Amino acid sequence: MRLELVPRATVSPAARLLAPIGALILSFALGGIIVALMGRSPLTALDIYVLQPLSDPWALQELVVKATPLVLIAVGLSFCFRASLWNIGAEGQYVVGAICGSALALATHGTEAGAWVLPAMLGLGILGGALWGLVPAFLRVRFGVSEILTSLMLVYVAELMLDYLVRGPWRDPKGFNFPQSVGFDTAATLPILGDGGRLHVGVLFALAAAAVAWVVMTRTLFGYRLRVTGDAPRAARFAGFDERRTALAVFAISGGLAGLAGIVEVSGQIGQLKPSISPGYGFTAITVAFLGRLHPLGILFAGLVMALTFIGGEAAQISLRLPFDLTKAFQGILLFCVLAADALVSYRIRLVRRGVLAGRAPA
Amino acid sequence: MKRAVLGAVAVAALAIMAGPASAQQKLKVGFIYVGPVGDHGWSYQHDQGRKAIEKELGDRVETSYVESVPEADSERAIEQLARTGHKLIFTTSFGYMEPTLKVAKKYPNVMFEHATGFKREKNVSTYAARFYEGRYISGQIAAKMSKTGVIGYVGAYPIPEVVAGINAYFLGAQSVNPAVKLKVVYVNSWYDPGKEADGAKALLDQGVDVLTQHTDSPAPLQAAEARGKLAFGQASDMIKFAPKAQLTAIIDNWNDYYVARTKAVLDGSWKAQDTWGGLAQHMVVMAPYTNMPEDVAKLAKETEEAIRSGKLKPFKCPVFKQDGSQVECKGGDGLSDEQILGMNFYVKGIDDKLPQ
Amino acid sequence: MSMFEAVLLTIVTASTPLLLAALGELVAERAGVLNLGVEGMMAMGAACGFAGAVVFDSTALGVLSGMIAAVLLASLFAFAVLGLATNQVASGLALTILGLGLAGLIGAPFIGARREPIAHLHIPGLTDLPVVGRLFFGQDAFVYVSLLLALAVAWFLFHTRAGLTLRSVGENHTSAHSLGLPVVRVRLLAIVFGGACAGLSGAYLSLVYTRFWSPGMTAGRGWIALALVVFAAWRPGRAFAGAYLFGAATVLQLHAQAASIGLPSQTLSALPYLATVVALVLLSLGKRRAVGAPGSLGTPFVPDR
Repeated sequence: MRLELVPRATVSPAARLLAPIGALILSFALGGIIVALMGRSPLTALDIYVLQPLSDPWALQELVVKATPLVLIAVGLSFCFRASLWNIGAEGQYVVGAICGSALALATHGTEAGAWVLPAMLGLGILGGALWGLVPAFLRVRFGVSEILTSLMLVYVAELMLDYLVRGPWRDPKGFNFPQSVGFDTAATLPILGDGGRLHVGVLFALAAAAVAWVVMTRTLFGYRLRVTGDAPRAARFAGFDERRTALAVFAISGGLAGLAGIVEVSGQIGQLKPSISPGYGFTAITVAFLGRLHPLGILFAGLVMALTFIGGEAAQISLRLPFDLTKAFQGILLFCVLAADALVSYRIRLVRRGVLAGRAPA
Repeated sequence: MKRAVLGAVAVAALAIMAGPASAQQKLKVGFIYVGPVGDHGWSYQHDQGRKAIEKELGDRVETSYVESVPEADSERAIEQLARTGHKLIFTTSFGYMEPTLKVAKKYPNVMFEHATGFKREKNVSTYAARFYEGRYISGQIAAKMSKTGVIGYVGAYPIPEVVAGINAYFLGAQSVNPAVKLKVVYVNSWYDPGKEADGAKALLDQGVDVLTQHTDSPAPLQAAEARGKLAFGQASDMIKFAPKAQLTAIIDNWNDYYVARTKAVLDGSWKAQDTWGGLAQHMVVMAPYTNMPEDVAKLAKETEEAIRSGKLKPFKCPVFKQDGSQVECKGGDGLSDEQILGMNFYVKGIDDKLPQ
Repeated sequence: MSMFEAVLLTIVTASTPLLLAALGELVAERAGVLNLGVEGMMAMGAACGFAGAVVFDSTALGVLSGMIAAVLLASLFAFAVLGLATNQVASGLALTILGLGLAGLIGAPFIGARREPIAHLHIPGLTDLPVVGRLFFGQDAFVYVSLLLALAVAWFLFHTRAGLTLRSVGENHTSAHSLGLPVVRVRLLAIVFGGACAGLSGAYLSLVYTRFWSPGMTAGRGWIALALVVFAAWRPGRAFAGAYLFGAATVLQLHAQAASIGLPSQTLSALPYLATVVALVLLSLGKRRAVGAPGSLGTPFVPDR
C-alpha cells in the first residue's frame, strides 16, 4: 500500500486562500505540543508568542521594521526562484549593497553635503548588490558554473570584505580602535516616519517593491517570460526567450533589492557599519519567499509572519524562558506545513493498494 | 509652614514613585546575550552571573534573559526588556553599545549596564574586565613550561581587546624567557569549534608547545591535550575538557559585580560609572594552577598577588612597539587605560605582523 | 612527526566531515533530489550523536543515534518532497531551520559534558613509518569509513545495476517511470542515505573533531558540503578532491598566518571560498559547457497516468 498524488482538475480559489491559514493553525498545534513537552502551557505560549505582539502598537511597529529587509530581499528572490534559478547568496548581496552605500555616507561624513546624499547612497546600494548578484549569473551563463555554489561562496567573501573594512580602513578613528565606522550624519540617515519610533522610510520601499513586483509579474511580458522559463524551460526556448538574458536580469533584480535592503538597514536602523550587519536576513528571506509562495503579496504577509516569530520568540524567552532554538524549530515546522498545505490544494492523495499498481504495470 | 508641609508631601510622593523597590515589588533584572547560554564561554559566564543574582538576592529580584541576540538587530530586544518592567538591564557585548544608548535615552528611569563599551550616559554604566592581567600570568607560565621556546595564541579577530591580551601574554612570557617566540593565528570567528581546533593544530604543527586562546570554545585546549601539549582555559574553568593539558584558566567572573550592581539598584545607590575590574576586584579569576611543577605554580601565584596588590603592572613603562619606538607613557608608571583599551600595535619581540 | 606530515593529518580531520556529508548529498542529487537541509541534519547528527554517546557511554551507539536522528529528519523531508511533491529548495531550507532548532533543544542538557578521544588505528611497524605511517595507517575509523564510502559510492553509481537505476531516475524521472523503475522508492532510499551520511558527519564533529556539543558547532559545514557536490560535478572522486582541497585551503591559511606572511587574516580566510569558485570556473573552461547536473535535479515527480 502506498500514497499516490493525483492532480486536482480544478482548484478552488477559496482553498488556495485557506490553505496557508490551515497550515498556520497546524503549525501552532505542533509547536504547542513541543511547548507542552517542555513543560510549559501551550496556551500561555500562544498568548505571548502571537496574541500579545499583535495587540500591542509597539510590537506591531517593530514587526514592520523587522519585516522590511525580509520583504525587500524576498521579493527580489521570487524573481530568481520563479525562473528556477537558485540565488542563495542574497546575504552577500545585502552586505555588498550596504558597503557600497555606506562608502558614500563615510566619504561625506562631516561635510555639508546636502539632500542628494541619501538617494545616491540608496542608488549605490542597489548597484552594489546587483553587481555582486551578477557575478554568479555571469559565471552561470558564460561558464555553466552552478549559481548555487558561487552565490553561496560569495556570501562568505562579502562578509570578510566588510569585516576587513570596518576593522581596517573604515574604522572610527575616535572609537578606541574598536571595529565600527563612525555614526552616519543626519544627511545619510533614512528619515523616521512619525515621532520617536523606529519606523523608517525603508518600510515604504518594501511596500513599493512588492507592488511593482506584482505589476511586473502579472502585467508584463517579462513576467510572463519568467513564468514560462521557470515552469517549462523547453517551451520557453521554443518561444525564443533568451535564457541567458533572463538569468542576468533576475539576478540583477534580486541582487539589487538585497543591496537596497542592506543600505536601508544600515542607514535606517543601525546607523553605522559594523562587522556584522545582518542577523542572516539573506537566508531568512529565502524562507519568506517560499512562505509567501513567490507571490509579492504573499511575501508581504509572510515577512510579517516571520517577523512575528522573532518578536514573539523574544517575548517568550523573557517571560517563559523558552529558548531561541524553539523559535527556529517552529519556523521550520511552519514552512513545512505551508508547503504541505499547498501540495494538498494542488493534489489529492490516494491510497493505492499494491495490487492495483501491479495490474497496471506492463506485462 | 504650609510650604514645608507641601514639600514633605512632595518628598513622600517622590519616595513612593521613585524610591527603592518596595518589598512586595520585585526588581526585574534583564540580560541580553550575544550567543546561546550554552556556548560554555562568554554568554555562559554572563548567565552564571545572572544565576548568582538570583541565588544571592532570592525573592527580591526576578531575572530574565534573551539569548543569541544579533548585534545588528538588538535594539528591539533591549527595548522589549525595558518596556516589560525591567529596571536594570545588562547588555553583554560590545556591539550593543549604540542600541543600548538609544534605548537608554527613551527610558531614563531604567538603568543600563553595557559590557566592554566606552560610551556612558546618566543611566548607562560600562564595565569590562582586565583579562590582560590574567594573560600576563599565563604568559609567564607558558614560557616556563615551553620546551621549544615557541608559544602560541589563537585569536578571534585583531581587535584591541585581543591585541592587548596578546601583548600581555607575550610580555609575561618575555619576563621569564627573553628569547621566547610567539605565533598568532586569527580564526575570524568568536565561535567555530572546528576552526578553532584547526588554528590550534596549525600552531602546534609549527613548533608551538604551549598555547592560549581568545576564542570561546574549549576546542583549542582539547586539541593541545590530544597532542600531549599544554594550554589554558578561556572564560570558564575548562579543566574537565582537558585534565592533562589545562595549566590554568582565565575565568570571567561577573558574579560579584552583577550582585553588587543589583544591590545598588535595590538600595537606591546606583550611579552610572565605568568599572574596569581585574584580579583585585575578582572580575578576573585564575583557575587552580595544574599540570606544572611546584616552582612554576609558585611563580604564578606570586605574580597574581603582585598584580592584585598593584605592585606589578603588565603594561609597565617603558613599552616598546615592534619597530623599537617607545610608546608614550600616559598612565604614570604604566600605559593608561585608554591606551590599553585601544591598543593596536604589537610589542617589540613579536615577529608577527598585526593585520591592520 | 615532520611538519609536512602534521599538516596533512590536520587536513584529513578538517576534510572528513565535508566528504561524508557531500557523499550523502551526492547520492541524493544523483537520484534527482536536491536536499538543502544538510546543515540541519548535520546539527542533529552532532547533537544526538553526542547525547547518545553520553547516555549509552558508547561512541558506537552515539554515532548510531546521530545517524538515526538525521535519518528521521531526512524521512520527514522525503515525505514532503516525495509524498506531497513540495518544492525541494524550500523543503530543504525548512529542514535546515528545523534541524538546527531541534538540535539545540535536544543538545541543551548535554552542554558541558565531554568525551574521551576515540581510538586511532595502530599497526605496529606500518603506523610508525616515517611521513606516511600516521597518514595512512594511523587515522580514526571515520576517516577510513569516509574513504571507503567514496569508493563504494563510485562503484555503486557506475558499476552496479542499482546505481544505473538511481542515475536514470535522477536523469529523467518520467522515462524512468515509464520503464517501470520505482522512482519514488529509489529517491526515498537516496534521501535516507543522504541523511545517514550527514548524521555520521555531524557525529564526527561532536565526537572526534571537537569532543563536545554546543549549539552552532556545525558552523556552515553543511552548506559547504552542498557546494562541494556541485563542485564535484556529481562525481564521488571529485567530491573527494573537492573536500580535501577545501579542507587544505582552510588549514593552510591558518598555517600561513602562524608563519606570519603578513596578509590580512580576512583575505586568507576568504581564500577557501574563492579557490572553490575559481577551481570550478577553470574546470568548466575545459569542458566548455555545463557539467553533468542530473536532468531531473530539483523537480518534483508526480506520475501522470
